[in-house]
Parts: sequence; C-alpha cells; structure tokens
Amino acid sequence: MKNTLTRRVTLALAASAALLAGTTGAALAEGWKPMKPVEMVIMAGQGGGADRLARLFQSMIQKENLSNMPMLPVNKGGGSGAEALRYLKDKSGDPHVIMATLNSYYTTPLRTDIGVDIEEFTPIARMAIDTFVLWVSADSGITNLEEYVAAVKEAGKDWKMGGTGTGAEDSLVTAMLEKEFGLSMTYVPFEGGGDVAKNLVGGHVNSTVNNPSEQMGFYNAGKSVPIAAFTPERIEAFPDVPTMTELGHDLVYAMQRSFVAPPDMPEEAVAYYTEMFSKLNELPEWQKYTADEALDRDFLTGDELQQYFLTEREKHAELLSAMGESS
Amino acid sequence: MELLSHLADGFATSLSPLNLMIVLIGVTAGLFIGAMPGLGSVNGVAIVLPLTFIVPPNSAIILLAAIYYGAMYGGAVSSILLGIPGASTAVATTFDGRPMAQQGKAGLALIAAAVASFVGGTISVILFTLFAVPLADIALAFGPAEEFALVLMAFTTFVGLGGDDVLKTIVMICLGLVLSTVGLDLISGQPRLIFFDQPGFYSGISFLVLAIGVYGIGEVLYTIETSKTAPTVTAAKITMRELGHGLREMNRLWKTMSLGSFLGFFVGMLPAAGATPAALMSYGVAKSISKKGKNFGKGEIEGVAAPETANNAASTGSLLPMLTLGIPGSPTTALLLGGMVMWGLVPGPMLFIEQPDFVWGLISSLYTANLAAVLVNIALIPLFVWALRMPFTVLCSLVMVLCIVGGYAPSQKMHDVWLIAGFGVAGYLLRKADYPLAPLVLALVLGPLMEKSFRQTLIAEQGNVLAFVERPISGTFMAIAALFFVLPLIKYIRRSGKKTVAPAE
Repeated sequence: MKNTLTRRVTLALAASAALLAGTTGAALAEGWKPMKPVEMVIMAGQGGGADRLARLFQSMIQKENLSNMPMLPVNKGGGSGAEALRYLKDKSGDPHVIMATLNSYYTTPLRTDIGVDIEEFTPIARMAIDTFVLWVSADSGITNLEEYVAAVKEAGKDWKMGGTGTGAEDSLVTAMLEKEFGLSMTYVPFEGGGDVAKNLVGGHVNSTVNNPSEQMGFYNAGKSVPIAAFTPERIEAFPDVPTMTELGHDLVYAMQRSFVAPPDMPEEAVAYYTEMFSKLNELPEWQKYTADEALDRDFLTGDELQQYFLTEREKHAELLSAMGESS
Repeated sequence: MELLSHLADGFATSLSPLNLMIVLIGVTAGLFIGAMPGLGSVNGVAIVLPLTFIVPPNSAIILLAAIYYGAMYGGAVSSILLGIPGASTAVATTFDGRPMAQQGKAGLALIAAAVASFVGGTISVILFTLFAVPLADIALAFGPAEEFALVLMAFTTFVGLGGDDVLKTIVMICLGLVLSTVGLDLISGQPRLIFFDQPGFYSGISFLVLAIGVYGIGEVLYTIETSKTAPTVTAAKITMRELGHGLREMNRLWKTMSLGSFLGFFVGMLPAAGATPAALMSYGVAKSISKKGKNFGKGEIEGVAAPETANNAASTGSLLPMLTLGIPGSPTTALLLGGMVMWGLVPGPMLFIEQPDFVWGLISSLYTANLAAVLVNIALIPLFVWALRMPFTVLCSLVMVLCIVGGYAPSQKMHDVWLIAGFGVAGYLLRKADYPLAPLVLALVLGPLMEKSFRQTLIAEQGNVLAFVERPISGTFMAIAALFFVLPLIKYIRRSGKKTVAPAE
C-alpha cells in the first residue's frame, strides 16, 4: 500500500520539481531546449481543421524527434478561441506554451472585450493557408450554385447555415455570401469544424462553409456535396468544383494556419520553436498531407509573420465593420 | 461470416507476445493515471505518447487502447478509497463506494468496480463489433435539440435520486449551473462573472478544482471534526475468500450490470454526451428498479456496479463517433484520434471499408485490454486497500498534499489552489448543513453542454421553444425528463404535507 501512496507522492514531487525547473531555470544557456512537455494550445474545438492539423504536427514532431520533449495538445475552443487567447496572455513569458491559430486570432479580439492585443504575442511560424468550400448534404439534391441560391431564397430565415463561433471565419464567409446574393439565413454556431460537418450530414443544418479536410470523410462516403470554392483557383483535390470567382462572384477567403507563443517568450525559446517548425515544413509527410487535404504550404516566420498578422487584422477589422457585425 | 473473419484477423495481431506485453504495460500505466486525481491524463499521456512511435503502428493502437481502458478502471479507485472522484465519470461511484470503504468494505467495493467495469466493457465491445456501422447513423440523428433533451434527462434522473431532500438538491444544481457560467461565453466569446477582475476566472471553473475542493479538502475537514483522531475507515482487509465472496455478490447483479452496459453504450455513443451522464443515469435507473433502492447511498454494492458498468460501456461507445464521424468525446479519445491522423487514416463513414486492418485491430485489442485491465486491477486491490491502513493523521495530510498538487498541476495556476481552498471550506459547511454535493459538481460538468445545445437550438429554430418537443427523439427524452422531475416532487410534497399534520418529530 504504501507503495501506491509513495508512488503517488513521488510522482507528485517529480511533477512539482519539473514545474519549478520549468519556470525558473529556463532559457539561460545558449541552445535552449524545453525542460518539460510543451503545451500546444488549440484555438478551436476537437475534430475541426485546426485541431486535426495541430494533432498531426504533434505526432510528426514526436515521430521525427524534432523536440526533446513531447507536445501536449489542449483544446480551448470556447468563445471562438477567446478562451485560448486569454490563456496565452496569462502565460506571458512562459517558454513551454505555443498556440495553433486560425483566423479567429484576429477576429475574436476585435469583437470581444477580453483584453488581448495580438501584437503582444510572439509569432513563431505560419505553416499553411487553408481553403473554404460551400457544402450541402447529398440528401438536399442541390448540385450547383444556382440551385443553392434559389433554395436559400425560398427558405429565407428557415435556411440554417452551420459554422464555427459567431464572428469567426465561417460567419464572415456566410456574411459575404448573404451580401453577394442578397440572402438572409440563420447562422448556427458550433464549437468546432468537426461538429459543424457532422451536423450538416445529420440534417441539423442545411449548408456549411467547412474547410475541405473537415468534410473529406463524409465527401468520400458520398454524404456531402461541394458547391463552390472560395479560392482564386480551383482546388487540386476537387478539380470539378468551380470557384466563386469563375462563376462571376468575387468571393475569396482563406484561413491561415500558424503557431504563436505567449508575450515575452525568451528569445532562445523562440529560436528553438522556429527551428523546429522549419524542419517540420521540410518533411515529406507534411508535403504529402498538404497536397491530399487541399492545403497551401506557405511558410513564414519572425517579423514578416507579425507584419502579416497585423495587415490581416486590419483587413478583418474592415470586413467586420462592413458586415455591420452584431453579436 | 465476414465479421468474424475480420475479428479473427484482428486477434491474430493483438495476441502476439509483443502486443500482449504492451497491453499489460498499457493497462497498468492507465490504471495509475486514472487513479490519480489531477495528476492524471495530461502528464500521464505525456509520458506514454512517445512510446507509441517506437513500436509498429498496430502495437501503438493497442497501447493507446490499453491505457484508455486502464484509466477507466482507475477512475473508480480514488472515488472509493479517498472519496475524491478522479474524473467526472466517476462521481456516481463515490455515492456508494465511499460509504462502503468507510464500513471497512473497500476491498469489496474495488472488486465490484473492477468486475462491473469488465462486464460493461465487454458487453459494449460486443455491441460495438456487431453494430458499429449501422449505429453511426443514430449518432448523426443527434442535433443540438436532442443533446439538450438528453442532458436534461440526466439532470432530472438526478433530482429524483439526489437524496432525501429534493429542494436542497435543486438548490445545489442551481448553484452548480451558476458556477458553470463563469468564464467566456461559449457562443459569443464575451466574458461572464469575472469575480474581482481576477484573470483566472476567464478560463472558468474546472470540474477538477471543484471536485477536489468539496470532496477532498471538504471531506478531510469534516472527518477531522467528526472523528478527531480515531480512524474513520475501519481497517480493510482483502483475502481470497473476500474475492470469492465479491464475485458471488456480483453474480447476483447481472441485471443491473447488463442494463448499465446497454444504457452506457448508447449514451456514450452520442457525440458530446459521453460517460458522465451515462454513469449517472445508470445509477438513477438502478436505484429506482432495485429492491434495495432504499440502501443506495449508504454503501450498497449495486450502487457501485451500476455507474461503473455504464461509464466503461460509454467509453467504448464514445469510440464510435470518433471513428465514424471524427469527433472525439474525451481527451483520451482525442489522443487516439491524433494517432489516427498520424498514420494517415481519415476518420469517417469510409474508415471501416477502407482500413479494415486498423479498425479490427483496434476492436480486437479492446477485448484483450479489457481482460488485462480487470486482472491487473484485481491483482492490485490489496495494494490499494493497504493504503487505508495508514494512521489517519498520516493519511489525512497526504490527502491534503495530493489535493493541492492535483489541483495545481493541470493548469499550473495558484488561482486554482485558492479556489480549491475556498471550495473546501464551502464544501465542509454545505456538508454540515446536509446539502448533497454531487448535484453541485455534476451541474458544473453538464451545465455548459446544456446551455450550448439550448442556445444552438433556439438560434436554429428562430426562438421556437416547441422545437424541443416537436422532434421525435428529443420529444421522447423531454417526456421522460418531465416524468423523472415530477414524480419525486409529488412524493416530496405528499410527505411534507403529512409531516405538517403529524406532530413534529
């Protein structure tokens, strides 16, 4: 017996020792390395595009030994990522936390009063740009944009568009759609893209603007139908799906997939993680994944990335105010 | 039969010597991970995950499945021994498990939990093997309205059984719901109830913090007061005879256990519902149909068996939405999902057709892991029971230390430690005033799910409240919920009516 308790206590002590080491002794010497498992905060719920990607990175990092310590993915998707942003801010200076972001990285602080300014965060690396596609379920019988617009017009407010949190990417794309075609739908927010995809196939919403990876499983099973892509050019994985642009509608929107760190992360740690992601970017597995799942590999780091974030934030501020966003 | 040949192929993989060894390591590690409140999943997973990359992919799946099962068994251990539920799924196990331990029957309670877990796990794996593919459609039929109705049903079964005092139960549920709204609003992202502008409240109040506070610290305070220095837990012993006795006892409970298994499997299968409501409902149903219903909450072995079968069955059930819909129901299933993505597997309806090797390897390893888990668990029971023989003064301080470290470790914020201290004192006072604590803790777990699904439905239906009763599945659940809510209330009113007539006791 004592065994269990002593074992528990030993573990407890080991854990607390690790904590102490992590917070005080960190980042002194050159060639800094993480001294305890690194938390990988995900700004979205489980099963969505951001979540899958983060978990893929985690396993690739571990498999290829890109980090001497494991990465621990933690979902903090509440309030369109507000939960994650706030958490990261409170971890200021901590070298053992990184966060997987998406576009709600700009929109959520703009819309909500959570005291977060993304300019304070430390940029690490942008891994890819993800795409948006308009989806309906196979049961709807809709196969092209014209039929879609007609069906939505007829249903009016009874048409349910499912997406991630109000004010996040999906709702921006929806607002663009509504404006372009003079539609008015009911927008139903869910916690993550996986949840959204499932609710489309289950018939609880009528359409979605999921990223391709989120619908891939259902698409392969013939349960969901892509109508049009919000990309400048056709997506390689869906050669038969037209873009909104070629259908004569100037609707283009993309999602960045990047990693950032808490404010004031020690420079050595920033260098470590930047190096880790740039190695990851070169992995053949990652290159294959991006091709399969219709992602655009687009690596960017440091000041350039911060500049990119700030420009995008400007754009989203304009988008939000143009949409007359109300929460 | 195609099914059986697939399964046989799966077993060919999972029964190799390497894989059997991996199963043993996995369940043992899982057992300890599950048994430690707070220190659990996050750190445990960190230790084990790298191992999955040094073994072949098939063995890696088996390792993860073994940890998954082991952790489910382990959850009951601290519920019974210390009265602190290590996970929300094990809250219902404390109701009767803790009293049993206090009566010196900790060994029996642990045997009951292990056997019940085994039965629940086995029945649900069989259901999984036979019906995984057709059942995926049922999971799809569950939208926000159905989710809400299901959670409401879990709540009302609780009102009916929460204790003798229905009003006190309702008060505690309301308090728990208020606590569950602290933090950022799930839908709009706006902060709510940030007390004293403390940034710690932005991330809300976690189950673990509340449970460790009210159960762990609260219990220690209460025990110190009531027992001074005398040990409250009468020395527990465990012998082979005891084991035989336990097994015979369990043999009587096949009805409760099979009911719990089916209930657990189906509830667990629904995305987002999971094992917590399953365990609760199973306890509620067992209490209302058992002949010994009155003894529930006072150390009835059936009260341990019911929730433990259901929560294990539910965790198997929750693999179904993960494999067929790509939605993991718990941090541990999310771990499995991460592994799948790594091996290039796309979860979805096609997985069973395109990747039979993976799917059947996983399913067959659930059988072996389940068997290994029950054996390892029973073998370790004497170890767990000896822990209770420690002098109370020592045990008590150890529990305090465990509580504080366990509360600090997951989030690493002192904020949570202060909250634990606050909840500990509050829990002690509430106990003295005879308020049931479980409804408080469970409302905190289920509250956010209920709020989210309620608002999603109202948005989708443009404010039409009738949507909850108009849809067939959710309508049925709502009717059952209404029944569960009204019955005990009537009983209560009747009883208190009589009381006022009769002279005061």
